[in-house]
Amino acid sequence: MNGTADDGGGASVAGPVLEVKDLVTHLYTRWGITKAVDGVSLQLFPGEMLGIVGESGSGKSMLALSLVRLVPEPAGRILGGQVFLGGRDLLSLSEKQMRKIRGREVSMILQDPQQSLNPVYSVGNQIAEAIRLHDVAVSSREVLERSIAALHSVQVPAPERRLRSFPHQMSGGMKQRVVGAMAISCRPSVLIADEPTTALDVTIQAQYLRLLDEIRKQTSIAIILITHDFGVIAESCDRVAVMYAGRIVEQGPVSDIFDKPEHPYTQALLKARPRLARKAERLPSIEGQPPSLIDLPPGCSFAPRCPVALTSCENQYPPSFEVGDHHVAACWLVEEML
Amino acid sequence: MPIGRLFSGSGREWATPSASRTTGPIEGRRRRFPWLRTRADKVPWIPIFIIVFLLLLPALLADVITVHDPLRGVLADRLTPPAWIEGGSWTYPLGTDKQGRDLLTRIIYGARISLAVASLTILVGASVGTTLGLLAGYFGGWIDRVVSWLIDTFLSLPIVLLALVIVAVIGPSFVTIVTIIAITMWAYFARQVRGDTLAAREAEYVARSKVAGSSAWRILLRHILPNIANTLIVLATLQVGVVILEESSLSFIGAGIPRPNPSWGVMVAGGRDQVLIAWWISLFPGLAILLVVLSLNLLGDWLRDFLDPKMRQRR
Repeated sequence: MNGTADDGGGASVAGPVLEVKDLVTHLYTRWGITKAVDGVSLQLFPGEMLGIVGESGSGKSMLALSLVRLVPEPAGRILGGQVFLGGRDLLSLSEKQMRKIRGREVSMILQDPQQSLNPVYSVGNQIAEAIRLHDVAVSSREVLERSIAALHSVQVPAPERRLRSFPHQMSGGMKQRVVGAMAISCRPSVLIADEPTTALDVTIQAQYLRLLDEIRKQTSIAIILITHDFGVIAESCDRVAVMYAGRIVEQGPVSDIFDKPEHPYTQALLKARPRLARKAERLPSIEGQPPSLIDLPPGCSFAPRCPVALTSCENQYPPSFEVGDHHVAACWLVEEML
Repeated sequence: MPIGRLFSGSGREWATPSASRTTGPIEGRRRRFPWLRTRADKVPWIPIFIIVFLLLLPALLADVITVHDPLRGVLADRLTPPAWIEGGSWTYPLGTDKQGRDLLTRIIYGARISLAVASLTILVGASVGTTLGLLAGYFGGWIDRVVSWLIDTFLSLPIVLLALVIVAVIGPSFVTIVTIIAITMWAYFARQVRGDTLAAREAEYVARSKVAGSSAWRILLRHILPNIANTLIVLATLQVGVVILEESSLSFIGAGIPRPNPSWGVMVAGGRDQVLIAWWISLFPGLAILLVVLSLNLLGDWLRDFLDPKMRQRR
């Protein structure tokens, strides 16, 4: 079991730690079936940071929750696909086996780490719980050492003293670090960070992203960073997947996506970023609304808003075309150009 | 029950512990009755004193601190008035009833009955109610529907009527009264815990714990229960007063503690016929009920403020 975490160390030529194939997660709501994740495939390699970017409601968080099988039930259900981690399909495991995977092999940092700590326990108590959850046999001495090491690796000053602190005695950035320490305390091979910096102010955001980067370099952990902010992606990710209406529309190395985005949606998103160099004119925006995920059009879901849509776009969803080295885009226009 | 609640505000305030010190109904009451004010930083020593010396100590030490028999009186000394009134004697500080039993002794033994009934019913009620409330609030679905239906049903039971029927069938006894009160008591706890659990379930730390691989039981017992313990403690304190009132009322109408036993309710009832010639028989046990229940409400009020984490930082 522990082997999976160590195998990945340094070897970037090795196979993916996490491979998602055709994942489908639907939400059964009062108003109909929401196709939150609608056939997502992706690979995550050891030691890399993969960014997943998209608007609110594009299915990013549902994708993250599906990976650890914590889709809110009974409304949400994973209908199909596979999630391979260390040779096993997580979707075929029992709930009990899955509990052993969460935290030990796949960890997650949630959107609001400020609230992620239980107010009634000290920090040390909570980190110890995270460790004991997966290693029942460890001595309390070892738990203490590992807690201190975990806090140390997220650069918390004076970790020995911090262990006795309660969440309300700490600043937001500090709590954030503690949550990070808990997430990596069992040395998982994959860390999913779902908008970890949204609740922080900008300077702390940058610090935290640097910290994630450092943790990745030290432990060769693979990180999925979910965000709606292309700036965050540019700063820290190796590859990026752009999500729209439950699907990945474009995926590739960060530099490629920024330099020559192929999908019209990616192009529009990149144009809509505020930049300092630009004078105070109106920001370009994308016309229209993201489609309701309940009744998606049969063709490309971006077609109704797409400035360059073809007639074929409205009839059939485009397959992914390879447009560069590991750079794929799901768009009929790309086919025309090939 | 509502009599006790008069002193603790609208009676529902505990359900939504109010942190505000500047607005809201609690503040309004504070302005109108400044002598009833409870503040998180002011320990309510008087209510605590009353509870200790009128309820706890007498209940625990009844046989040590009394000299008279609570059940058998001296007929020659019947209807002796309190010591400070003409005809009274310090042998019977609060006077005697029509069978010559010392009132003070009986009040002290009555505290034992009140405390026993209250602790038993609240122990049973809180355990059953908390368990069902946690399950209903956390798992939802059919468990929640069944438990919620049970809560509504049991809260709408007319307890006095129920007690009269049960007592008519199987006769009054200590066990009967405890059972009757516990039957409705659990529902108050279940309702409160269910609501708190519903809110706590959505907390980020619960989600984080799930993501870290915790089981439902671990989340319930380690993360949710400690976080709702505050309101449980407050509710339990306030319910002690409610139980004492219920027990007294039932005993008063003869459906509670059977007769010769010195329950405060029985004593008030026993003095009813002589209230014009020997008012002390009913007055002193009545006063005991009033002071103890009022003190418990004030203490509960203070505990609510004291345990509120938002108030903690201001101390």
